[in-house]
Amino acid sequence: MTKQTFKSELREAFISTLPVLSGYIFLGMGFGILLRLKGYNFIWAFFISLTMYSGSMQYVAVDLISGGATVITTALTTLMVQARHLFYGVSLIDKYRGAGIKKAYMMFALTDETYALTSGDKADNHKARQRYYFIVTLLDHIYWISGCVLGALVGSVISFDVTGIDFVLTALFITIFVEQWMSSSDHIPAIIGVCLSVACLVIFGSESFLIPAMLTITVALMLIRKREETPNDDI
Amino acid sequence: MMISDTRAIILLAVMVLITATLRIAPFIIFGSGKKTPGYIVYLGRVLPYAIIGMLVVYSLKNVSILSSPFGIPEAIACAIVVLLHIWKRSTLISVFFGVASYMLLLRLF
Repeated sequence: MTKQTFKSELREAFISTLPVLSGYIFLGMGFGILLRLKGYNFIWAFFISLTMYSGSMQYVAVDLISGGATVITTALTTLMVQARHLFYGVSLIDKYRGAGIKKAYMMFALTDETYALTSGDKADNHKARQRYYFIVTLLDHIYWISGCVLGALVGSVISFDVTGIDFVLTALFITIFVEQWMSSSDHIPAIIGVCLSVACLVIFGSESFLIPAMLTITVALMLIRKREETPNDDI
Repeated sequence: MMISDTRAIILLAVMVLITATLRIAPFIIFGSGKKTPGYIVYLGRVLPYAIIGMLVVYSLKNVSILSSPFGIPEAIACAIVVLLHIWKRSTLISVFFGVASYMLLLRLF
């Protein structure tokens, strides 16, 4: 593989993050507007989006701080909402290995959308691709902060109805799902992911299905591991 | 009701700390050795497929199929995204028309 220039990587990263740009600007603005409504200005929006940098969690955070939650409730809620991030790291260990200082940032800023883009990237040489992953991570972060701050700034001025715009992330996940489906001959992991998530959603409800879903998915994937193992594979 | 700024900052710090820990932990726990253990390599390969499936479900978790409009706008919009993507294989086209049709459907139902 020829080494890409920084410019071509930036260009490629920008194009592949365009759906995230639109999603993050709108969702970020939604957050900023909501935060402003609860009495917190754009400075709060900036620091929250910079440090927490999580769509779902920031919306929950507005509820928690405006409702005056306790530290314990806050901690437990965060654990529940964010536990899925444990998954992301596990599947990116080799891709991000040895990325040095860039890695620290890429771990910290690993959102659903960034994960979807970097884990879905088909490049074989991870090492040569790490700068690209870093740019994707950074661009997404910048989009998100911009959206949140913008929302908090113009919050009260905006009057058009954008109900349903949050579907942009659902649509993004679906396209990645379809893309992966078409580029892989093994559909079992994808089917396991969807079926067990739906089953856990039905059984445990929308507020607490993620952790059981993650556990059952991991167990199911480990159980079917034998089907493809070669005898001399390690462990 | 607004809590004091100090209290708000403490709560936010708790959320930031836990979020960052959950993001970084797997890299520290499983990635510290020179060679990644075999089962982690395996999970790393198959998990993305399963997790994206989980994220699709997660992003639709608040859709109620038992009350009006019974998840019909979501179902149609999702189908549009899938079909468009199989046809054109362009993320931008699939996402744009998917969202546009969803916003339109929400106002029709």
